[in-house]
Amino acid sequence: MQIKRFGFFAFLFALSLTAYAGDGHDSHENHEAHGEKSIKEQIKEVKEHHLKDSHSFHLWGDHAKGNSVEFPLPIILWDGQLHFFWSSEFHHNANAVVESKGSHFRLYHSKIYKTEADGEIIYDEDHHALNEKPIDFSITKTVFSTILVGLLMFWMFRSIAKRYTKDLVPRGLSKFIEPLIILVRDDIARPNIGEKNYKRYMPYLLTVFFFIWIANLIGQTPLGINITGNIAVTFGLALITFFITQFSGKKDYWAHIFWMPGVPYLMRLVLMPIEILGLFVKPFSLMIRLYANILAGHTVIISIIGLIFVFGAWGAKGAFFGLTFFLSIIELLVAFLQAYIFTMLSALYFGSAVEEHDEHH
Amino acid sequence: MALLEDFSVGLFFWQLLLFIVLLLVLRKYAWKPILGAVEEREQSIEDSLASAEKAREEMQRLQSDNERILAEARAERDAILKEAREIKDKMINDAKSEAGSQAEKIIANAKEQIQNEKMAAVTDLKNQVAEMSIEIAELVLGKELSAEGKQGALVKEQLDQFKLN
Amino acid sequence: MEIPAIVGAGLIVIGAGMGIGRIGGSAMEAIARQPEASGKIQTAMIIAAALIEGIGFAALFAVN
Repeated sequence: MQIKRFGFFAFLFALSLTAYAGDGHDSHENHEAHGEKSIKEQIKEVKEHHLKDSHSFHLWGDHAKGNSVEFPLPIILWDGQLHFFWSSEFHHNANAVVESKGSHFRLYHSKIYKTEADGEIIYDEDHHALNEKPIDFSITKTVFSTILVGLLMFWMFRSIAKRYTKDLVPRGLSKFIEPLIILVRDDIARPNIGEKNYKRYMPYLLTVFFFIWIANLIGQTPLGINITGNIAVTFGLALITFFITQFSGKKDYWAHIFWMPGVPYLMRLVLMPIEILGLFVKPFSLMIRLYANILAGHTVIISIIGLIFVFGAWGAKGAFFGLTFFLSIIELLVAFLQAYIFTMLSALYFGSAVEEHDEHH
Repeated sequence: MALLEDFSVGLFFWQLLLFIVLLLVLRKYAWKPILGAVEEREQSIEDSLASAEKAREEMQRLQSDNERILAEARAERDAILKEAREIKDKMINDAKSEAGSQAEKIIANAKEQIQNEKMAAVTDLKNQVAEMSIEIAELVLGKELSAEGKQGALVKEQLDQFKLN
Repeated sequence: MEIPAIVGAGLIVIGAGMGIGRIGGSAMEAIARQPEASGKIQTAMIIAAALIEGIGFAALFAVN
């Protein structure tokens, strides 16, 4: 039993190490298939393809050669009325145009545009599409992966919770997870929020910690998922932190923002806009930090894998392989660190909101 | 800005929805029981540590009690031994003195008896001497008294001799 | 002559790197002096580094 579990984790680890090798391999095959593209162009394509969200879940293979293995995801669009169809329809129809309720849609550079029946895209001088864009509520690859992360988390923590009702001694999975829960409680929540109030914020802190961590780790697998490297995802997380902070703000918190006690009146007027700005800068930095770290990590790793194919010499290939290996391990660390920092700073903000100052300074 | 171009409203919507649902579901079905169990366990560990400490103190108390009882017993034993020794000494002394007095008594008795015997013997001797002297006297008288005059002198001589005795 | 934005990005990275380096170095010194306070120092270090990193990223995106 123990060995089986260890094997499972070793498998996950191995997957994460080979995370981007699959993408790199694709680009190599591309090169053989259509020689008109240079390797560098292909690498750029793979990079963009990997970092951007997608409307279907591509597993492996080459789309242009027709041997790609992918499964379609539902497309949900809103342009005054609701449209629903499967992403596979884009490939079935001519011009890659899908007709739904009298409107025509075309998938272009992983974005959906509204077109005429011929699927023509009109560009401006910078080669940006000018077509109208419907609001895209599709279950994209990222949304699908988020659902997977959610289900995984529910299954994991529910099974742990069930085990605790039978026996208070941690066994199996809970032996691995419990120290992390204790870490969030004793190293993040308690010192930053305070003994009196920390319990209220534990569910959010735990959820956000494990969500970011697991999403980061899944981003390291060869599935090419990139959840936390999407600005919309980190914006959502930061927004929740922002609202929880504001709604739990006590009198002292607001007093420190709008009418700082203990400083001259003129200074209070100066401090107020700074503090109000700080209110929004804090969650903004949370959002940017997580997004940029994960995106940068993915970009660097794919670029280095690309370099394996750019250089012909075996020595260089080996060196870049080693570098990729090393960076992948760093990324595993970063995956944890970013989850930790996001949770820690959230706790810090909650702590400042519920803090009660006895002394006036 | 590239940042805003990347922003997908749909993704944001789904992410927010999914995360909030996940948060609420996990809070009810996972975090509450897990944190409860962890706290309960910590409480029980604390309790058992406290009770262990209490047991240790109890043990110490018992041990000191034992020591006290042992010391008491030892003292009692010593006292008993001392008493016994005293009794023994007394008994010996008593016996000694009794034996002494007894012996004195016996000696005294013996002395008295000896005295009595001596007196009896002296008396007897006196009687015998008297008898013998009478016999002697008879013999002498038988021989001497044949000559008158000499008898009286002899008696007189004899009596003088007795007085000397 | 216009300075390309990528030079600005480089400057940002240099500045942020120096800042985080100093924080890390000072934290190491502090831990060496007071090993018993290492937990608190680490927390403070991570927070400070995260703030600098946030500013750095914000500037990088502005350049971008």
